[in-house]
Amino acid sequence: MAVLNDEQEMLRDMAREWTKNEHPVGAWRKVRDAGEPFDADAWGAMAEMGWAGIIIPEEHGGSDFGWMSLGLVVEELGKSLAASPLIASALAASAIVLGGSDEQKAQYLPRLASGELIGTLAFDEGPRHAGLKASASVHDGRLTGTKAFVHEASRAGLFVVLASDGVYLVEQGQGVTLSSRALADMRDHAEVDFNNAPAQKLAAGGDALAQKILDRARVLTAAEMLGMCQAVFDTTLDYLKQRVQFNQVLSSFQALQHRMADLYSELEMTRSAVEGGLQALDSGFAVTEAAMLAKARANDALHLISKEGVQLHGGIGMTDEYDVGFYLKRARVLEAAWGASSHLRDLFATAKGY
Amino acid sequence: MASVAEPEAKADLDAFREEVRAFLAENFPPELRGKNNLLSSVEEAGEESPAEKAWRVAMGEKGWGTPTWPKEYGGGGLTKKQARALEEEMAKVGAWNPIGGMGVMMLGPTLLEFASEEQKHEHIPPICKGEIRWCQGYSEPNAGSDLANLQTMAEDKGDHYLVNGQKTWTSGGQWADKCFCLVRTSRADKHKGISFLLIDMHAPGVEVKPIKMISGMSPFCETFFTDVQVPKESLVGEEGQGWTIGKKLLQHERTNLSGGGALAALNSQPLGKVAERYIGLDENGKLADAELRVKIADFEMRWNAFLLTARRAMEESKAQGGVSEISSILKKAGTKLGQERAELMIAIQGYRGLGWEGEGFEQKELDGTRAWLFGKATTIYGGSTEIQNNIIAKRILGMLDHQ
Ligand SMILES: Cc1cc2nc3c(=O)[nH]c(=O)nc-3n(C[C@H](O)[C@H](O)[C@H](O)COP(=O)(O)OP(=O)(O)OC[C@H]3O[C@@H](n4cnc5c(N)ncnc54)[C@H](O)[C@@H]3O)c2cc1C
Repeated sequence: MAVLNDEQEMLRDMAREWTKNEHPVGAWRKVRDAGEPFDADAWGAMAEMGWAGIIIPEEHGGSDFGWMSLGLVVEELGKSLAASPLIASALAASAIVLGGSDEQKAQYLPRLASGELIGTLAFDEGPRHAGLKASASVHDGRLTGTKAFVHEASRAGLFVVLASDGVYLVEQGQGVTLSSRALADMRDHAEVDFNNAPAQKLAAGGDALAQKILDRARVLTAAEMLGMCQAVFDTTLDYLKQRVQFNQVLSSFQALQHRMADLYSELEMTRSAVEGGLQALDSGFAVTEAAMLAKARANDALHLISKEGVQLHGGIGMTDEYDVGFYLKRARVLEAAWGASSHLRDLFATAKGY
Repeated sequence: MASVAEPEAKADLDAFREEVRAFLAENFPPELRGKNNLLSSVEEAGEESPAEKAWRVAMGEKGWGTPTWPKEYGGGGLTKKQARALEEEMAKVGAWNPIGGMGVMMLGPTLLEFASEEQKHEHIPPICKGEIRWCQGYSEPNAGSDLANLQTMAEDKGDHYLVNGQKTWTSGGQWADKCFCLVRTSRADKHKGISFLLIDMHAPGVEVKPIKMISGMSPFCETFFTDVQVPKESLVGEEGQGWTIGKKLLQHERTNLSGGGALAALNSQPLGKVAERYIGLDENGKLADAELRVKIADFEMRWNAFLLTARRAMEESKAQGGVSEISSILKKAGTKLGQERAELMIAIQGYRGLGWEGEGFEQKELDGTRAWLFGKATTIYGGSTEIQNNIIAKRILGMLDHQ
């Protein structure tokens, strides 16, 4: 665990207490069964606690606590699979912080910070993340193109859209059509079709803006995945300590002890990579590389741990009644987000010049 | 052992192929071509269409759904070569075997080995005709990997057994007519107190409660037995012989499950071709994702090695007579490969490999998602991979327990 300052520790403890007591996995189960994208009251509570404004400057209604702070909160939410637009909205806000004009900041950031407006990124156009390639285009301030599998789309009022010549803001409304896409994780995804939708360019960030947004998307998603890794690991360890077969608790079998020891090492390395990514975002140093590392590590660790979690629970892990399967389903969706490991390793090699 | 086919034997086989072709032309309804529901073994069989029924009845009467089983109990009485020819001829016209399930995969071979003549004549023909659905009552809440810890009691009441207890994870329990069950006839000895009993699922006192799985299906149940009267004739083998019989049945189960089952068949499209479609090729004509390309190649090479091993094991076990402990290796390797394949499909298809329902996905993609999740069970049921490892270490390699 990274060394935290008092402020971060307080924030982390608050997030931990809140998810544990107010928003455990059972809360997500209810949301899923009701067919809702998320629990609006819970989102209200998160906003009230100031989480939507953590990376937004104070002058625009945020607290400017930084990425490490936001990552700590997101990790806790990942543990209980809390459904919320927090990540999507924070990423949209970060795009404006990085690339918005003064008017754009004044127009959107306070509402994003209060949680009243939900934002999300609409970058990818196919089922696999393809980096910064986009064919959506803008003519006379109007954007046309289709974005695939946009996260947390159904309640979003603001889309941050990657077009062929830069990043644009498009409000939900004229020229924007959503078609929902039900994925195995049962979260809120949609294909978003823009047809001559009014769009304003984020011009201040320059050419590197899209990459910077993508870096943040990778790190923050990795933080959610880290929380999921931790939760599956903890649950599985508890289960092995309690389940008796052959007159012994399963945790007394060396074959399983070594498996858990391996998973624990994977988890710890992932924690370092994710915290390293968050620190890089706060310091602005070697961000892109740190982000690739964080996401690729989180992909691989969660892939393994979510699979092992089900396996080590035996038959009960296959039941919908038990929570561990939820993590498996969410894991593959997040793996696909913002770059699968093969994509990221290819980028990493390219960046290193081999 | 490869031998040059004798001219006469070859002529026989050709004549057999003729017979198969004529049978198929007459009996296989062309509208069923390629319509095999590959998830049918894990789902409720839907309403049988007249064509499906006709096809099942025709195959059942011929005994060709269980081609190598003895004719006198309703099997096809075919040689391995003829059975293979039958399969090939069916594949050519898009036909498939409509007769399957646990009766065919597990119970039939076990009855052939252990049951009395009366029991064989009673139970095997309906299996060959696909008229009876069987389920497997082995697992209990506290008897999973430690199967011998089962507690369901069958008390001897003179002319019948009185069965009380609970089973769990009973696949297809809600659709089954009968259950082959491991029960306890004595508390005195963990293993020797176990007996193998056939129980009517429609008997008073049998109750099932379906359980929903992570794949969204509900193909398995908790099964409760409360004062169920089971006739004495339903005991297979001797009292106390259940562990031996039950273990043998598990070897058949493993051999059958090792192919990754529905999973592998469902995704029978070559991965390279699928990847070409979703990922595209680079300017050198290679898959645009270099790492995935290597992973797919790695998978296919290991898959081929697995198939060769399965074939070798089959030839060897035929020479030695019956299934063997190598079934543990096949189950462990085959199920792992099946799961890897499903994970690779998701890696290739991205979000479209994770569709749950509704718009935006092809049916094949949606089926793939469910099969991926259901497939996670293959390394758990029929003796988990960890238990197969224990069997390999102890029974094949002679390694000792740590206690
Ligand atoms: C989809 C599905 C269908 C099934 N269908 C049937 C059915 O029709 N009939 C039926 O009777 N049963 C059925 N089963 C039950 C299945 O056989 C059991 O789930 C299986 O034997 C494992 O038992 P368990 O679930 O109690 O897991 P546990 O025995 O509790 O095992 C939990 C984990 O610990 C591991 N483990 C246990 N002991 C050891 C050890 N000594 N060394 C190392 N690792 C160990 C296991 O491998 C597993 O990973 C089904 C299960 C599933 C998932």
